[in-house]
Amino acid sequence: MKKRVAVLGVGITKFGELWDKSFSDLFLEAGIKAIEDAGIEGKDIEALYIGNMSAGRFINQEHIASLIVDHAGLNPIPATRIENACASGGVALRQGVMAILSGMHKIVAVAGVEKMTDVVTEKTTEILATAADQEWEAFIGLTFPGLYALIARRHMYEFGTTREQLALVAVKNHKHALKNPLAQFRKEITVNDVLNSPLVADPLRLLDCSPISDGAACIILADEEIAKQYTDSPVYIIASAQASSSINLSDRRNLVVQEATLIAAKQAYKMAGLEPKDIDVAEVHDAFTIGEILAIEALGFVEIGKGGKAVEEGETWVGGRIPINPSGGLKAKGHPVGATGVAQAVEIVLQLRGEAYNQVDADYGLTHNIGGSGSTAVIHIFEKG
Amino acid sequence: MVGIVAYGVYIPIYRIKVEEIAKVWGQDAEKIKSNLLISEKSVASYDEDAVTLAVEASRNCLKMAGINPKDIQAIYVGSESHPYAVKPSGTIVAEAIGATPDVMLVDLEFACKAGTAAMQICFGLVKANMIKYGLAIGSDTAQSSPGDPLEYTAASGAAAFLIGKDGIIAELEGTVSYTTDTPDFWRRAKQDYPKHGGRFTGEPAYFKHIYNAAKNLMEKLGLKPSDFNHVVFHQPNGKFPLRVAKMLGFNKEQLKLGFIVDKIGNTYSASSLIGFCRVLDYAKPNERVLLVSYGSGAGSDAFSFIIKDGIEEKRKRINKNVDFYINHKKYIDYSIYVKFRNKLRW
Repeated sequence: MKKRVAVLGVGITKFGELWDKSFSDLFLEAGIKAIEDAGIEGKDIEALYIGNMSAGRFINQEHIASLIVDHAGLNPIPATRIENACASGGVALRQGVMAILSGMHKIVAVAGVEKMTDVVTEKTTEILATAADQEWEAFIGLTFPGLYALIARRHMYEFGTTREQLALVAVKNHKHALKNPLAQFRKEITVNDVLNSPLVADPLRLLDCSPISDGAACIILADEEIAKQYTDSPVYIIASAQASSSINLSDRRNLVVQEATLIAAKQAYKMAGLEPKDIDVAEVHDAFTIGEILAIEALGFVEIGKGGKAVEEGETWVGGRIPINPSGGLKAKGHPVGATGVAQAVEIVLQLRGEAYNQVDADYGLTHNIGGSGSTAVIHIFEKG
Repeated sequence: MVGIVAYGVYIPIYRIKVEEIAKVWGQDAEKIKSNLLISEKSVASYDEDAVTLAVEASRNCLKMAGINPKDIQAIYVGSESHPYAVKPSGTIVAEAIGATPDVMLVDLEFACKAGTAAMQICFGLVKANMIKYGLAIGSDTAQSSPGDPLEYTAASGAAAFLIGKDGIIAELEGTVSYTTDTPDFWRRAKQDYPKHGGRFTGEPAYFKHIYNAAKNLMEKLGLKPSDFNHVVFHQPNGKFPLRVAKMLGFNKEQLKLGFIVDKIGNTYSASSLIGFCRVLDYAKPNERVLLVSYGSGAGSDAFSFIIKDGIEEKRKRINKNVDFYINHKKYIDYSIYVKFRNKLRW
């Protein structure tokens, strides 16, 4: 990536069971915060990219790009919805980055939004399972906890990862979220709490799983030259990479290495001219505790198979060698699926600006967003302005 | 002055323990007991329904009242388990207690608060001098889908109140309601079991409505929590009433007399009313009682009562008070429970 893309502003709502906020309320709140943070006006935005997984099934609303651009008062600019399951937000961010880099647009807004709590839990689980292969996975009864449980079992078998190490990922992320006022769970938990929580899909228990959440996040991107009119030291996106692997777990060559992450990470580091050790802070996709372990391994922060040990030894905690998910991650901050990828970017931007709730000393930050059980991976690397 | 002239309660003899249900569904009974603060629930037998329960409670009530049933000029049965979709429960009750035919009557439904709504209607009619006595009943054989968390609490029971002006044992100081359209729990027509919105049944539903109804009533009457000797809230489980009491500034001591859910479960339309009956079983003259119901959908009715002198005399007329029914029990296992609650279809 020869040119950098500037981040002008970020906005995010509280994540959680937001029963008094509608889908529109959520994206408008995040959008207005981002526009105010950027110091621009709505008319400065030339295009809108929206990550959303399943408004059609969660709230019976499709054509949400039109809905959002209209409710935001931004007609007639182009608005596009991006759907890549839980990676929708990260992939939307990538579309925004490409729109700026291509020279087609000078300033764009990227938002992610999901309203998940209007349907009952069983329905939500069913909707989320549509991110798996319906014919080969969902039809035989596999839901996401089930898929990740299979991966976790294999990881434990191959590398000796322990049940306690998985629990520590949740313990760490809950601790990180204590300082984040926008997080869904601000409650410290212990390894025993995780081990004694209800079994969901053996070995995964309730506290291994990210929650069902409502929420939205927005980020305003600009051409590097244009950005200078608004700020002296914007955070820059210096790499954007995306890769795909088989949607169906049974078609993977290897269950325990996220191949799409591995490939996207390699490309991203190359674009940024960096190595894993140069990254100071990362927000990774911990939809399940095993997910964070897979992520930090595939991203090269630790050796493959050593992810469990890293969390146990404190390396991934704030204050450790490579702080992972200082926001609380999907586990404790919340996981409104379509918003997650953008929310991760918001956290890293705040970290690099020195404005985060759980501040880490950082020059380079990374976001890692996954769709399905690992088949879509999208990675962005950010640089302090 | 309007108020309660007499009251009667009925709880079926059968109980099923949390352990017995948890065993069937492979759940941790101790965890459920500590989460819900409930140990067992009452179960109506195969030959009981909301009507037979209502009749039992009404007969106990009339025994205490010692009046001619023909003087009852209005009967309202509140329930969410009326045995018929079309045909009133109230007519069967009225006939069984000898109150027909000169009686105003209609069935009521508002999830768990139709019984207190029946009381409000009777208070209004008595106050307007349209009737001499009105009989307000809350009665339910609550439904819960097998395996649903509701199965640990959905119970059976009834309470009946004779409302009038003569011979009052608890005077009504005031009543208010707090009602919104909140879909936290529902059962559509022709469905056997209700559905509910999980955690949505707490904050925006139970807590919001009870809190506001109680607060509005206290404001209206110029009363504060310490003015009440006893408080009774709707008891869907043990935890909710404890928490809402704390939110409103009541202590555990005030809650104690009317707290019955741990022994019988949630008897829906009768839940707060059976708790209230237990307060009436023991309260002393001049004590003040707050009663707040909650019905999903959603609404709360709040009442303030002052206990009157005649109560001790009238209590002697009955031998089946709330504690009698709570202690008069037989345990059944899950298979008998399934038979009694008609969960097997063939």
